[in-house]
Amino acid sequence: MNETPLIPAGVKRCSKWQFSLWMAAATAVLLWGVYAMFLIWYKGLNQTNMNDAYGFALWIWADLAIIAIGGGAFFSGFLTYIIGKKELKNIINFAVIIGFICYSCALLILAIDIGQPLRGWFIFWHANVHSMLTEVAFCLSCYFAVLTVEFIPLILENPKLDKKPFLHHLSHNMHGIMAIFAATGVFLSFFHQGSLGGVAGVLYGRPFAFREHIFIWPFTFFLFTWSAAACGPCFTILVTKITEMITRKKLVKDNVIQLFAKISGWMIITYIIAKTIDTIYWAFVTAPGMGFTLMDFYNDSTYNIGLLFAEIVICGFIPGLILITKRGRENSFLLMTAVILAVIGVCLNRWVMVLQVMAVPLFSFNDWYTYMPSWQEVATTILPVAYGIIVISLAYRYLPVFPQEKELNPID
Amino acid sequence: MFPFCFEWSWDLGHIVFMGGLWYALSIIGAGLTFAIVKSVFDCYGGHDDPDHGHH
Repeated sequence: MNETPLIPAGVKRCSKWQFSLWMAAATAVLLWGVYAMFLIWYKGLNQTNMNDAYGFALWIWADLAIIAIGGGAFFSGFLTYIIGKKELKNIINFAVIIGFICYSCALLILAIDIGQPLRGWFIFWHANVHSMLTEVAFCLSCYFAVLTVEFIPLILENPKLDKKPFLHHLSHNMHGIMAIFAATGVFLSFFHQGSLGGVAGVLYGRPFAFREHIFIWPFTFFLFTWSAAACGPCFTILVTKITEMITRKKLVKDNVIQLFAKISGWMIITYIIAKTIDTIYWAFVTAPGMGFTLMDFYNDSTYNIGLLFAEIVICGFIPGLILITKRGRENSFLLMTAVILAVIGVCLNRWVMVLQVMAVPLFSFNDWYTYMPSWQEVATTILPVAYGIIVISLAYRYLPVFPQEKELNPID
Repeated sequence: MFPFCFEWSWDLGHIVFMGGLWYALSIIGAGLTFAIVKSVFDCYGGHDDPDHGHH
């Protein structure tokens, strides 16, 4: 089959053989995950190592982490369409694709986690309106619909599809009202990112997670939204840089990356200051008020005080300070270091707020609860990575994802 | 869940949660419907081809 009509004009792509080999490797990993997924659906949740202590486990951490790092989509939409940072139009397509991948994976993980995906619709029809997770499920599903709507016009710009008059007009008209979808996405993201944090913060019986409230919302509600908006753009930058490395092409101009990194840096630094204040208040007021000292929560060999230091200082203040300084952002090594640290930081935060919460002993005579995921859990957690590679590869090959690519890589 | 379901009750939780869901779905649905209907009119109503400069 001749691929040329499918590939956007004016750009160069690798040969079909190279692309097929690359896709075969990613598909093999994907199939491993799909096999594990079907085992879980067929045989049940006994395929996992979850237990009475760990009702939430690796999947829920992966779910929260990919939702956080997928936050680059809603935040770049907010900056582009609502604040008016027009430069970011050169990266927003890619941010939407990354968001689409992250949220589709989040929904897939939930479908695996509930054990009986055929009953997934119960959450909408028999909604428990006292559960923050109901709000999360509503917002996740709606926001995934928004991301799909944002992704469709880009798919319709494929040269072959763009020749169809109706699809061409549809793409144009959807672009015309994209600000409405972007605003809806921001609204939905604020609530589901926040409610994921709220789930931990309202656990009165778990003093490690419990936080003070503003009305019904614990501080973790705001910190989760803030951290996703801060670190999501870092993940978008990181994946853009990895794509540039693999394709050996410059795809986005430096000024776009610099602007995105600068905004992200200020978001990280303000977030981490707020997080530090929250942690200090919790350590010296909230936890002692419930009969605990700070070190009661960090006296395990795995869950020690180094985790808190890593999350706040190494993966918080350091990337934030690098990204807010011009010299830091302009140095490619420091930029990469900062975005990697920021992504690790937000993933570590979700790990602590999901798994460490479960690990802390509930009774004075108990030791820390331990948990090791089964291979099925690991495979289904790696599945989204392979799926993401496949979607990005297909999108990059057949869609005009990067508007500046032609200008930056002229074909002789 | 709709108000005619047996589980429904007219309390704040149901109104806020389900109201929010319908509100978001309405915006997405209305936006999509507008884009599709306008495209049909543009396509079959002899509207000039819009340029390709979407971005």
